Amino acid sequence: MADLTHPKVHASWETRGYWEGAARGELVLQRCRACSTVQHKPRGVCATCLSGDLEHIVASGRGTVYTFTVTHQNQAPPFAAACPYVMAYVQTEEGPRILTHIVGCDPEAVRIGMAVVADFQPQERTDGEQFAVVRFRPAD
Amino acid sequence: MSLSGACSIAGVYEHPTRWAPDKTEFQIMAESAKGALDDAGLTIDDVDGLFGASMTMGAMGIVELAEYLNLKPNYIDGTNIGGSSFLAHVTHAAAAIHAGLCQVAIVLYGSTAASHSVAIGTGMGHGSRNPWDSFQSPYGMTTVGSYAMVAQLHMQRYGTKPEQLAEIAVTMRRHASMNPAAKMRTPITVDDVLSSRLISAPLHLLDCCIISDGGGAIVVTSTERAKDLRRKPVQILGCGESVCHQEIGSPDLLTMGARQAGERAFGMAGVQRSDIDLAMVYDSFTITVLSTLENLGFCKVGEGGDFVSGGRIGLGGELPVNLDGGGLSSNHPGMRGIFLAIEATKQLRGECGDRQVANAKLAVAHGTGGTLGVAHSGATLILGVE
Repeated sequence: MADLTHPKVHASWETRGYWEGAARGELVLQRCRACSTVQHKPRGVCATCLSGDLEHIVASGRGTVYTFTVTHQNQAPPFAAACPYVMAYVQTEEGPRILTHIVGCDPEAVRIGMAVVADFQPQERTDGEQFAVVRFRPAD
Repeated sequence: MSLSGACSIAGVYEHPTRWAPDKTEFQIMAESAKGALDDAGLTIDDVDGLFGASMTMGAMGIVELAEYLNLKPNYIDGTNIGGSSFLAHVTHAAAAIHAGLCQVAIVLYGSTAASHSVAIGTGMGHGSRNPWDSFQSPYGMTTVGSYAMVAQLHMQRYGTKPEQLAEIAVTMRRHASMNPAAKMRTPITVDDVLSSRLISAPLHLLDCCIISDGGGAIVVTSTERAKDLRRKPVQILGCGESVCHQEIGSPDLLTMGARQAGERAFGMAGVQRSDIDLAMVYDSFTITVLSTLENLGFCKVGEGGDFVSGGRIGLGGELPVNLDGGGLSSNHPGMRGIFLAIEATKQLRGECGDRQVANAKLAVAHGTGGTLGVAHSGATLILGVE
């Protein structure tokens, strides 16, 4: 499997902290200062209590595979050429679950419950944005 | 007076086409409207409530549909929550009629997904520039992939076997063999399913619904008025809707919208699961059927593998499911929910020939819209005849 170059990320002011953090090699999540809930995907309010008092935190980057699928067919480029690839939900230590890819191992070796760490693929862009896509790979 | 039983399905029509390169979506909807109104013994002049959705109708799509049909309805609802939309439309129509906002509602669907080569399961949704979609689109999320993640979790947690999922596909094909309109009618075996290629593990090609063209229509009116029409009224006894999504609070991926919507529908109808004679459930993939039956309460979550085995969900079994052959074998133009209510209605009217469930009096229809493992909608109807 060739390493996939992920399609371009599009960010709003609500979500750019996540993608800019990834470009620094950090998994950035949001925490509500009012109710302490850690949330993902990032948004302008806490989706638990609707407070607007949110902060960004740098998560550990560690988690476990919650579930996954080895994708054998996706007709859309660039994914068609990257099959089989592993799409997964990773349960982070901080609580939120993240949709992602598992990279750095044989797709057939991925298991539910496997320990993984965040892995960042910087995007080559011409619009001046510094973003990276977050994937996960087996923990050492 | 309670909404339960106040309104009925007075007419239905499933468009016979499975391949319509010579038709448009609106044309299929209009032809279906004619069919359902003829079935009910009504005309387009009687219609004062318009409900509809399709894969290409945009923000003003329902207004364009009214224009196409030359309708000036008193009540308009273009709700689009994916494939379950039409079951929600029936609910909304019943509520509107019960409240006196309209008298005769028509629910419409049409699609040319197959003849226009829409890659519904494995090729949509990657070109979005919406920042919210960027948490999916860079990862090549496919429709089948989202359901496959649910299947993987179910197998790991409960030991559910690929053979058990395959039996669902085999059963749907057996039902399709008894439906002259079904697209895929040649019987298949469990081995056929398991030896078909993996699309998104653990789901094989034959775990996935087909893609077809098609459409349909449903006429809803008050039960009182329906009693004077051509067909036996099929009463809307219970209804429920829901939305399920992931990530905040890390909910269990095996909890479906069918749980919330089903509990409300069964509660309103005042009937038990054991009273149900047949179930029409959205079968985008085999796992959708298994998980829906669990979440509707026909068995416990985790027991679905055993529940769908041994012929229980086939014609003649304890709970016959998808007698038309479902999306797995009859037709799947992208948003299949309308066919669930149409087949349930025909079954309750006793019109289904070889695939008829004997003495069917009570049916449940549950639609799932969207992507099960990510964000989805659910809509349940309990339908019955006296």
